[in-house]
Amino acid sequence: MRHLLDTRDLSRAEAVSLLDTADRMGEVGHREVKKLPALRGRTVVNLFFEDSTRTRISFETAEKRLSADVINFAAKGSSVSKGESLKDTAQTLEAINADAVVIRHPGSGAPQRLATSGWIDAPVINAGDGTHAHPTQALLDAMTLRQHRARLASADTAGTDLAGLRVAIVGDVLHSRVARSNVWLLHTLGAEVTLVAPPTLLPVGVDAWPVAVEYDLDAALARGQDAVMMLRIQRERMNAAFFPSAEEYARLWGLTPERLRALEAAGGGTAILHPGPMNRGLEISSEAADSDRSLVLDQVTNGVSVRMAVLYHLLTGPQAPHGPDEEGHHDR
Amino acid sequence: MTAEKYLIRRARLLGERTADLLIADGVIAEVGQDLEAEGARVVEAEGLIALPGFVDVHTHLREPGREDAETVETGTRAAAAGGYTAVCAMANSHPVADTAGVVEQVYELGRAAGWVDVHPVGAVTVGLAGERLSEIGAMAGSRAGVRMFSDDGKCVHNAVLMRRALEYVKTFDGVVAQHAQEPLLTEGAQMNEGAVSADLGLTGWPAVAEESIIARDVLLAQHVGSRVHVCHLSTRGSVEIVRWAKERGIDVTAEVTPHHLLLTDEKARTYDPVYKVNPPLRTEEDVLALREAVADGTIDVIGTDHAPHPIEAKECEWSCAAMGMTGLETALSIVQLALVETGAMDWAGVARIMSVTPARIARIEDQGRPLAAGEPANITLVDPRARRTVVPEDHQTKGRNSPFRGLEVPGSIRATFCHGHPTVLDGAVAGPRTDA
Repeated sequence: MRHLLDTRDLSRAEAVSLLDTADRMGEVGHREVKKLPALRGRTVVNLFFEDSTRTRISFETAEKRLSADVINFAAKGSSVSKGESLKDTAQTLEAINADAVVIRHPGSGAPQRLATSGWIDAPVINAGDGTHAHPTQALLDAMTLRQHRARLASADTAGTDLAGLRVAIVGDVLHSRVARSNVWLLHTLGAEVTLVAPPTLLPVGVDAWPVAVEYDLDAALARGQDAVMMLRIQRERMNAAFFPSAEEYARLWGLTPERLRALEAAGGGTAILHPGPMNRGLEISSEAADSDRSLVLDQVTNGVSVRMAVLYHLLTGPQAPHGPDEEGHHDR
Repeated sequence: MTAEKYLIRRARLLGERTADLLIADGVIAEVGQDLEAEGARVVEAEGLIALPGFVDVHTHLREPGREDAETVETGTRAAAAGGYTAVCAMANSHPVADTAGVVEQVYELGRAAGWVDVHPVGAVTVGLAGERLSEIGAMAGSRAGVRMFSDDGKCVHNAVLMRRALEYVKTFDGVVAQHAQEPLLTEGAQMNEGAVSADLGLTGWPAVAEESIIARDVLLAQHVGSRVHVCHLSTRGSVEIVRWAKERGIDVTAEVTPHHLLLTDEKARTYDPVYKVNPPLRTEEDVLALREAVADGTIDVIGTDHAPHPIEAKECEWSCAAMGMTGLETALSIVQLALVETGAMDWAGVARIMSVTPARIARIEDQGRPLAAGEPANITLVDPRARRTVVPEDHQTKGRNSPFRGLEVPGSIRATFCHGHPTVLDGAVAGPRTDA
């Protein structure tokens, strides 16, 4: 693995290995000294062409816990219309010998362009590109689901995948890089994915994806899901006739208190995930967001662990099953 | 006219019978066997195919306004290198070619350059804005003698305006060439809408946005008894609509680009903007339907939609990149690859779709003529056995945005004669006419 651009490129073995590393990285966060020396002396650049406080903070935390030198480069705006081109930015980073570039960009494919153009040699980590991919989000979701399942079974996560896990992804799939990356990763890990959305928010061509598609959220929930992942509805979609009103959307595709009660009544351990930030009262009710089933804060915690794992794998070599622990001990 | 004399020896005319062609005073003086050179320079054409000089109904020469991308001189030099003897220069320059002044400027620049005949296309609406008709009559009556009108790059989407344009151009035996793209269905569109756009998260350009406009326009053309030309048709559904219209006797012609005959939207998976073009690359199914439609005559002509861009317009993220590909210097090779070598078409067919019918659609009287005595000496010599690798840096156009970079393609242009003057000779650019 040279770059992390998309979960579609990950094999099952690579994904499981990343998740295993992430679980161990997670332990670092509970130590008194939350730091490993793994990336000491390495420079990681967070190149953000799009505002995203949550993702940037998560990456920055991960980088600092690995002792990397962190440079935040906020380059909002598309390259051609406003100022410096992606190429010039990339060559600038190359010239200062950046060891890795974490890129967030409003245009789908920009990280791949960066990785394949020859403008820069450093590994590229996609922190979300347009409506294409958000691989670290999918990895943190998989990590959260894996922990959830292990907890229910009182088992260990190490080496496990998500075989047979039923996951419903609900909402604006069309514009969601989170949904796309989850579809590929969950499929690779053996989960059974159902996409639930109004037809206007499903891409033409979705039938080629390894998923079931359902318009009726109640029917999808009634079939039994181990987890439901609610996607954020962007405010601007409401003015573009994707659905008649926010109220109707919430009624038909929101995780309402009624639907939460139905999940409770059905028993089972259905977990609730949301990539954040949440629109409470729209795609998810406060009752659902704050319920015991909600793993939203676990997702945030795991985000740091997964990003540490990705940086670790890309910058220190593919496999290092005991690396972080050992180095952690040396650090003390 | 030119005082130069050339004897093309033993060329296969339209890929069929072998004959000599004697060129003098800008015309084909004689066609026959073992003609005497009589002081003419001899061009050995054993194994080469002689075709009437190609005519491109769809070229972007960028001048005036975007001389950084292309000039009339570089664009027409590229055309000559590609075997063309005439091009129709699209109207989306800056300023837009919507007045007699601009079309005459482009026409004169073409004459001064001397590589091919330049026939400016006039804008249908002022500034391509789709609001009111431009001075179609003035352009038709100008020295440029415009007969083809198009807002190419933009669709004349207002149905009333399209109807009026179709009616009005009848005054001059003109044609409206429509860029069929329903604007609301393609807002922010980046690539073909389908399985690949779903994966890539790029905003889709649905086939229906093209097909619905073509369906409307053929019905309008039928209603008002006018002639309509469909630019760069790209989908299987569009083929079916045009086929249906032709069966009903509607006066419609259609064009396809070389790139739509070869490439598919799978190329977008690279996110390399060299594959970003409008209309977008479609699916394999569309490509096969387009080839079949050229073979059966539903699609009448090849139009390159040659669209050069400066390097920085493509050396960026997909979403920021300009749409368009160069095409003049690869058209013949791609046609040979996609149509001749697949058995869809013979060389006489190539002459029809790249020369004869384009000239007829654009009402260019002295192009696309038979290879016969007394005809203007617009002739292209093709070596069908040649194999070459596309290297955009070697092209005459300023544009380096060829989607065929690195591809090994068949066929090469050995010579191009434009009104008796060799603009290309021995496979290399020779020189422009100086007598036009």
